Amino acid sequence: MTQNIIEIEDDSFEKIVLQSDKPVMVDFWAPWCGPCKAIAPTVDALEKEYGDKMTFAKVNVDDNPISPSKYGVQAIPTLIFFKNGEIADQITGMVAKEKLEETINGVL
Amino acid sequence: MTTTDYDLVIIGAGPAGLTAGIYAARARMNVLLLEKTVPGGQILVTDWIENYSGFPEGISGFDLAEKMKTQAEEMGLKIETAEVHSLDLSEKSKKIVLKNKSITAKSLIIASGASPRKLGIGEDKFMGKGISFCATCDAPFFKDKTVVAIGGGDTAVQEAIFLTKFAKKVFLIHRRDELRATKILQERAFANDKIEIIWDSIATGVEGFFGVEGVKVKNLKTHEEKTIKADGCFIWVGILPNASFLNDSVKTDEFGFILVDEKMQTSAPGVFAAGDVRVTPLRQISTAVGDAAIAAVSAEHFIENL
Repeated sequence: MTQNIIEIEDDSFEKIVLQSDKPVMVDFWAPWCGPCKAIAPTVDALEKEYGDKMTFAKVNVDDNPISPSKYGVQAIPTLIFFKNGEIADQITGMVAKEKLEETINGVL
Repeated sequence: MTTTDYDLVIIGAGPAGLTAGIYAARARMNVLLLEKTVPGGQILVTDWIENYSGFPEGISGFDLAEKMKTQAEEMGLKIETAEVHSLDLSEKSKKIVLKNKSITAKSLIIASGASPRKLGIGEDKFMGKGISFCATCDAPFFKDKTVVAIGGGDTAVQEAIFLTKFAKKVFLIHRRDELRATKILQERAFANDKIEIIWDSIATGVEGFFGVEGVKVKNLKTHEEKTIKADGCFIWVGILPNASFLNDSVKTDEFGFILVDEKMQTSAPGVFAAGDVRVTPLRQISTAVGDAAIAAVSAEHFIENL
């Protein structure tokens, strides 16, 4: 179930991520990336847990090359946490849910 | 015997852990599988697998991991996400210490796998910014760019070939004058005109400001040093065991790989090891699942004889 994770594009990045009142977690992913698919259930679970305090979004880097390049994303999965339009934290690769929870709590 | 939470706890959900789980769940043991990140293990970062029997067209690492996980869960295996912090094997009931709790089991299978070895050439600084251990994750970011790949084994050569789907040029740096990789991979690499092999050489550092801009390379025979301009650096120079939680609770070799007998029994009674984490001449999916079947049946016999 991923309907609560907003799919954003280069055009909507500014409005949904940078101008958001709530912190936003952006999951940079691609359909060819096994580890991205593997962490998707974890991201879904985190959305259920923290969805009221944080917006969860994802960017398909194949279709939207501008945003990943702007933030220097050269590896996926990369999760970038934005707060007030700026990067608050960033995680690359597959990590444990515990570690993601710590990061989210740190950002909030 | 004192009661325990489980008959068997399996640590790690790669091919070995999931297969041990299939056998144990099928034997109707009270079994729990612990995984620190997500089920799949190293095959998740393998783009394409063509040497695992039963898949004549080959299969993606992610798909194979999903199939193994589904098969284990349908058999009734319970998988929990938790990192093991330490083990206490001093009593008959084995204690597994997690972050917020401890659980006990009559037997254990350690299938925690291995992770890519680092070279100490700037991996921490440039990780995700041009240094990578995973071509299937990161290769497309290097479309029409130049990359360096380091290593000469199966993984290095296979992934260097994969990189050429995207990169315009791949320099493969290898410390000897011949590759260790299996012949079919060598043939493919030699036939690929995007791959240039830099023989007898090691990488000594990575240059760059925000990201990788070049890789410093030293020829071991001529001692000549040069910098290869590159946008990315992929490192495949072997693996190290994921075994820091062991703390000498079982016997290992000098690198930390676990020593087992032919039943996959470690130096601690009732504690078994399977897959990449053990001392073994070959680390493949096929060998991991074979180890796992033996370990699971050994664990079952161990419990029956308690």
